[in-house]
Amino acid sequence: MLELKHIHKYYNPGTVNEMCLFRDFNFRVEDGEFVSVVGSNGSGKTSMLNIICGSIAADSGQILMNGRDITNLSEYRRLSKIGRVFQNPSMGTCPSMTIMENLSLAENKGKSYNLGRCVNKKRRETYQDMLRPLNLGLEDKLDVKVGALSGGQRQAMALLMSTMTPIEFLILDEHTAALDPKTAEINMQLTEQIVRQKKLTSIMVTHNLRYALEYGNRIIMMHQGKIILDKKGKEKEDLHVDEVLGLFNEISIECGN
Amino acid sequence: MVLFISVLEQGMIYAIMALGVYITYKILDFPDLTVDGSFPMGAAITAVMISRGINPLLTLPVCFLAGAAVGMLTGLIHVKLKVRDLLSGIIMMTALYTVNLRIAGRANLPIYNKTTIFDNDIVNGMPGGIADYRAILIIFAITLVSKYLLDWYLGTKSGMLLRAVGDNDRIITSLSVDKGLVKIVGLAIANGLVALSGCIFAQQQRYFDVSMGTGTVVIGLASVIIGTSLFKKITVLRVTSSVVIGSVLYKGCVALAISLGFESTDLKMITAALFLAILVLGMERKRRVKVDA
Repeated sequence: MLELKHIHKYYNPGTVNEMCLFRDFNFRVEDGEFVSVVGSNGSGKTSMLNIICGSIAADSGQILMNGRDITNLSEYRRLSKIGRVFQNPSMGTCPSMTIMENLSLAENKGKSYNLGRCVNKKRRETYQDMLRPLNLGLEDKLDVKVGALSGGQRQAMALLMSTMTPIEFLILDEHTAALDPKTAEINMQLTEQIVRQKKLTSIMVTHNLRYALEYGNRIIMMHQGKIILDKKGKEKEDLHVDEVLGLFNEISIECGN
Repeated sequence: MVLFISVLEQGMIYAIMALGVYITYKILDFPDLTVDGSFPMGAAITAVMISRGINPLLTLPVCFLAGAAVGMLTGLIHVKLKVRDLLSGIIMMTALYTVNLRIAGRANLPIYNKTTIFDNDIVNGMPGGIADYRAILIIFAITLVSKYLLDWYLGTKSGMLLRAVGDNDRIITSLSVDKGLVKIVGLAIANGLVALSGCIFAQQQRYFDVSMGTGTVVIGLASVIIGTSLFKKITVLRVTSSVVIGSVLYKGCVALAISLGFESTDLKMITAALFLAILVLGMERKRRVKVDA
């Protein structure tokens, strides 16, 4: 369970550019929920993820993880239970290391990074079995540097790496936005499979309304720091792309786009 | 032959320092100027210990640890006080100038006729045939051990984090590790190696001078860039080995320039000109590769 309580967030406080993003923002994600988040640019989607993960601090309010107050916990400590995938595929992998090294590094998350050998050759086959179902040909490239892979391959790696170890939450920040339609589809399917298999509580920000409706069991739409649509379960299934698009157009017109 | 051996000796001594610079510059992507202070610090500590008659073998671990402590301080200034990387190094470099003077007690401390790692009963007892090569053999051994230890470390979990932090520091946070801590560890190891290099340098040259550190970082950077760009294509060669060879080549270039008739007062100018040439040539290579692709 993740909960944001009475979050306030101002950007550039005390200047002429002061902008209030969140004013008493409340949001609660139950265990096992897979929430799709849609909304226009600047509506606060990514800021919300950043506040949850601790990349930026809220001005006031409380963040609870499984009932525990994590408001003052540093980002890296929070991420022990959270996996996060970014829009930019290169943010989730180390380009100058091989696939093997990247996976070995990720597999050790949560354990101590001591003076033991990092790469265990015996794990090679396990990694290959893990990569084979992706059909991206990565299983034959274990010794290739990740920097030489395509964006889609890297994003699939990033997804695998962020979910290799036992975590509870998965934060997806437009993770298919930089990919071509086919690769995006592969990555979306991989996402769903992982979420289901590992029973992860997930929040996915996306600009693709079809993905937002097709995947997950809850959808929210954000606008100017507020949640203006929140449907889950059956209600969400009955929701149609046109309805969401209609609402989206309304808020966009309001903004003058 | 004498010139060749002397180039090899100097190059191998500076190679240990270059390995440290390799960690900061190439792995951590941190332009660390602390080096200009930690190199003479190693020399200062060594000169004082040797002149007091302390076992010269002890100078090696002591200098490494002292260098590591200094590197850690640079890291703390950068990470905890959030001072920019370049400035953290400059602050430490400046402070270390005074520290080095305090350690040595004066600006110049010769250690002639004292027991050093190059001049002691065991070494002097070696058969006469290899007498001329005693120093180079000892330097070779220390440099190679340092190199292999570094290679080993970079393959450990902790070392892998170090490689990752310069590559993409977000991933360290994602792995639920404090990236600041990783940087501090990296700076500590790097400056430990630099001080160790200063320690051996002082014993080979038999003196400490407070200004001997000036330009160390340039020598280190030049060695790293020569090594990594010349041997980029040779994959069997580890990067650390390339750096060691780069350091020797660099010293060779300087020796060549001097033998061409330059004075030793021109040394820093030669250093700067060489460094510039290496940087420009290194860039040229990169561009050409891109066009081919």
